[in-house]
Amino acid sequence: MTDEKKTQIPDAQAIAEGAEVTKEMVQEYTSQNMDMDKMWITMGPQHPFSHGLWTLKIQADGEIVTDADPIVGYLHRGWEKEAENRTYPKIIPMADRLCYASSMMYTHLYCMTCEKALGIEIPEKTKYIRVMADEINRLQSHLMWLAAVGTDLGNFTAFLWASREREFWMDMNVRLCGARMTTNYPRIGGVRNDVFDIDLDMNDEEKSRFMRDIVRCCDHFDKALWDIIALIDNNSTFISRMVGTGIITREQCANLGITGPAMRGTGVDFDVRRDDPYDGYDLVDFDVPVLSAGDSYARYMIRVEEMFQATRIIRQCVDKIRSLGRSAPYRLKVPSRIPAGKTYCRIEDCRGEAAMYLVSDGTDRPYRLKVRSAIFVNVSSSRDLLMGCRIADVPVIMAMIDMCLGETDR
Amino acid sequence: MDTTIREYQDSWEAEIKSKLEDKFSGKIEVTKTETRRVYAKVLDKADIKDICKFVQDDLSFEHINCLCGVDYPAENKMQVIYEIDNYTFYRGVILELEVDVPYDDLHIETVSDIWGGANWHERETWELFGIVFDHHPRLERLLTPDTYEFFPMRKSYKLREDKR
Repeated sequence: MTDEKKTQIPDAQAIAEGAEVTKEMVQEYTSQNMDMDKMWITMGPQHPFSHGLWTLKIQADGEIVTDADPIVGYLHRGWEKEAENRTYPKIIPMADRLCYASSMMYTHLYCMTCEKALGIEIPEKTKYIRVMADEINRLQSHLMWLAAVGTDLGNFTAFLWASREREFWMDMNVRLCGARMTTNYPRIGGVRNDVFDIDLDMNDEEKSRFMRDIVRCCDHFDKALWDIIALIDNNSTFISRMVGTGIITREQCANLGITGPAMRGTGVDFDVRRDDPYDGYDLVDFDVPVLSAGDSYARYMIRVEEMFQATRIIRQCVDKIRSLGRSAPYRLKVPSRIPAGKTYCRIEDCRGEAAMYLVSDGTDRPYRLKVRSAIFVNVSSSRDLLMGCRIADVPVIMAMIDMCLGETDR
Repeated sequence: MDTTIREYQDSWEAEIKSKLEDKFSGKIEVTKTETRRVYAKVLDKADIKDICKFVQDDLSFEHINCLCGVDYPAENKMQVIYEIDNYTFYRGVILELEVDVPYDDLHIETVSDIWGGANWHERETWELFGIVFDHHPRLERLLTPDTYEFFPMRKSYKLREDKR
């Protein structure tokens, strides 16, 4: 509102000279100068909702959020600069540390970028192993998100149940590569070890107990997930905090660069796994869930449906790996130097699109390695997500982004 | 902007190439096309805004995936790379634009008013490389402390362990 249109209250001298002040004039003046009621509230870096070290400053008018300003960077380690000073194989364990919850994805992405720059095609069995490992990682990441949403909504049982289911997939990770979180499993040109080399059945070389157990895990999980869904979906308290909060439109979403489940919750029908397939994803069959509501509940539903699709993909991969058998190769020998060139590669991470841009100059170290993190862009749009919502809904809306600071700050 | 969702066809890359070269002949050079990838070089950095507007409005590239800088001290220049992505009309195709920014004039026009997603990428590129994005709504440091007086991703900035 411009100054000319504002109501002016006569000052003391004017009143002494006989000017009249009515009650309506005072009320109008107060309503026009409401800005003084707004205040900035700092949430974080140590706050139960933040799930990591970052700050969200929100401007609140009473109970309504009118502006938001996310502050990141507390965890900046200079990852990209460090990578320029390492040989190519030494970056693989560093890529694990980009995101503790989706370490397999980032290592996979890094190895895939190097393979594309080298111009090599990896063996078919490796493709299936990588897809399987990625989907195990997606399940465990989504389950950790579900547990976090449980605590954010005050649903502690959902936290415990989701954490319990996650342990099964963590055990599978341990058996596959020896670590729960920082897996260090993919290699440039393949993977570290064959799935047939672990937990061998002594009576039959071709049957690995690992493969048997992973199918059992899928069977168990498909039933167990329904229990957790029932815990949240049948409770009107949690539904009312998710339905209709944090709404963004399809156009806003595409323009702001939001990707992943949050994007598919607004009606954008796009998934890198299907529309720009990499490694083995064009060889397996799966559906891409899309909802057009654009609120927190849609993002929750998309993630839950993705978990069902993940077990479906894992089953197909296990069948394919079994039919290829123990003798099929799982790793190629690759040169240590990558020829000069530029490569851009992207994958569908648990939280959105992750991508790497590699400039190689013919030496054994990258000239430049840029990491495109999904959350870095998603969190930059938090102002549009939070505008007009209540302060009590902020933790729920931000939980649907699934913050991970390791990849945001790099 | 056409928002019809189409299935992938082999002819898309050639289609995008011819559309770009017809509209901006002499200003843009399509260097390479692969499956779902179009690589182009913008010859003058002053044209970047017009090209990005055309790419968004007429070719329906509605989302910027990535924006980053690369430093080439030997050639006395830096580069800005734009990775632009399509959800509908050319679904799954990435258009890569590269622009040279010479050392003596480290300025380029912002695209954050075309794609809001470029906002933080530009801030990051500015703070790490020192490339100034003109007319950016808020060019402030994002990842590094406000007291930094150097641009750490430049090749002239050496790490202590760097023996190369």
